[in-house]
Amino acid sequence: MQTAVTDEHRLSQPEQSTVEPVIQVENLVKCYKKAQRNAVDGVSFSVPAGSLFALLGPNGAGKTTVISILTTTLSPTAGRVRIAGYDLEREAAHIRRQIGIVFQKPSLDQNLTAEENVRLHVALYGLYPYRPAFRLMPAAYRQQVEALAELLDISESLFKPVKTFSGGMKRKLEILRGLLHRPAVLFLDEPTTGLDPESRHSLWDYLRRVRATGQTTIFLTTHYLEEVEEADAVCIMSRGKIAASGTPEQLKASLTQARLLLDAPERARLRQELQQLGVPFQEGTVFELPVAGPQVQYLLKRLETPLSLVQTHAPSLEEAYLHIIGRQTLDSEEE
Amino acid sequence: MATLSPQSSSTQNVASASATEASQHEELLRRILEPQPGQRPLNRTWNAIVTIAAREIMRYRRDKAFLLFSVIMPILLVLGLEGPLQSNFGQAAGYSLVTFAITGILAMTLYEHTLQGILSLLEDRASDFTQELLIAPVSRYALIVGKILGASVVALAQGLLVLLLGIFFFQFPVSPTGLLLLLPVALLTCFSGGALGLLLLSLFNSQRSANQAIPLLLFPQFFLAGIFIPMRNLPWYLDLLSKITPLRYSVDLLRNVVYSGQPEYAKVALEGPLVNLVVVCALTLLCLVAGTILFVRSERER
Repeated sequence: MQTAVTDEHRLSQPEQSTVEPVIQVENLVKCYKKAQRNAVDGVSFSVPAGSLFALLGPNGAGKTTVISILTTTLSPTAGRVRIAGYDLEREAAHIRRQIGIVFQKPSLDQNLTAEENVRLHVALYGLYPYRPAFRLMPAAYRQQVEALAELLDISESLFKPVKTFSGGMKRKLEILRGLLHRPAVLFLDEPTTGLDPESRHSLWDYLRRVRATGQTTIFLTTHYLEEVEEADAVCIMSRGKIAASGTPEQLKASLTQARLLLDAPERARLRQELQQLGVPFQEGTVFELPVAGPQVQYLLKRLETPLSLVQTHAPSLEEAYLHIIGRQTLDSEEE
Repeated sequence: MATLSPQSSSTQNVASASATEASQHEELLRRILEPQPGQRPLNRTWNAIVTIAAREIMRYRRDKAFLLFSVIMPILLVLGLEGPLQSNFGQAAGYSLVTFAITGILAMTLYEHTLQGILSLLEDRASDFTQELLIAPVSRYALIVGKILGASVVALAQGLLVLLLGIFFFQFPVSPTGLLLLLPVALLTCFSGGALGLLLLSLFNSQRSANQAIPLLLFPQFFLAGIFIPMRNLPWYLDLLSKITPLRYSVDLLRNVVYSGQPEYAKVALEGPLVNLVVVCALTLLCLVAGTILFVRSERER
């Protein structure tokens, strides 16, 4: 038990600086043909091995372009990228062996069965020799697929065409398929877009388990900000540039402040009392005070006006995100 | 109360099941991600080519409508087109127009179906399946060779159908040596169609635009290559057009083989086998190289 706990501890706090990051991006630029402005405009970041890294930004910010370049399906215009120790420009073939990808749109062959899709993948990645039927495949492969079917609870539909599967099931199948060749990095490009809340929830349960079992680094883009709260590092992109980066806590702390909301039936009395105490506040529909942590209790103890509302407001990453994106839009309008 | 007890015990089961479920899932994940050392393929590239070809064959095997049409179409062409042709003009030609046309239809079937098979990459692109192929650690050339090989096998199966139809119902004139030579020639015909398809691939951005343009590219070839009607005694401009039709040389090469040693050979064949072979090989190679370069570039450099 003891070792399991320390293991988990180590996974959730990846070592920094001493180990070479698994992804290193320096001044990445991509300008599409016939495009007016750069889709990716001088982006740099690095991702430590074993971490959950999230790339955020509004539609058109350049997230998918970055993922396409990192996964070797698109040539960059300029910049340097290293993944798992290999140079993107010269050693793309090595990189392809080290990465797994779940694309924004499902890349399963809808007419083939789940097993055939998996078989295609393992054969293309050179894990097993290709055989024209499941029972002719090596025993190790068959055991692997049987475990996969049991985990996804698709033992009965394993040999049915993928087009009969639900959206959530296809996603999970894709994620497992992407992990079969044991990649160093798993890229997930908006994996939960278009899924119902229940499927999203179970998909995340499942990703957490994947993270707990191996050293796989996860590189994620998403529009659901609550999914990113547990990320080790977050980068927010806007118009091809990195607008902000850090841990979710850092982003929240630097961009939005915790607030205390108060209200009283006798507003004039409360206003006067707050002024006497010298606490700054904003009066709108309620009183908003930039007060957080132990200060809250201290303040409440000293207030004598009967209160009708006491509410503390902790910032969410979503607020921080909207703040950053909003600021960026303002900046670009001023230009 | 007695009726309730089995129910309560089952809920208990559920509770204990969910408690062990997590550890069970961990165990399954471990089995998926840490497999026993298995047998590795001898050659990665060849394994990938076979895999892609096999997928191509599987796709068509599943497609019931495609299978049905591929049986009906040659029968319809032979009976509907060549029957009347033979009874009206067969005497004038001095040889059986039905067997003449069957060789033509054979070449056409191989050529067209491989071409269409390659263009299914457009469909793959629309369904985003190409992404899975393009991120695989496999060379682009292996992808294309696998695709053409798979489409060729499907086309050859259809060609076999046409051949059997000819042998059993229309006294197809092929000799045993001819039959032996037919296989490599048929494969070359498939590859020439596939190579053209590859070159066209970079011109179209959807299956729909390809479907509209393909008849425009194929029909003139069907007429000018002498699939159904002999290409002799033509006015100079038709003769010129016929001579620049790539399919003409594939069909003629096939007839060189089928009619070899037969009395009709001199009347049927347009060129010698060597000329046809050189022209077909050169064109195929050209299309293959140019097509692959364009394909790889269009995917990566957008």
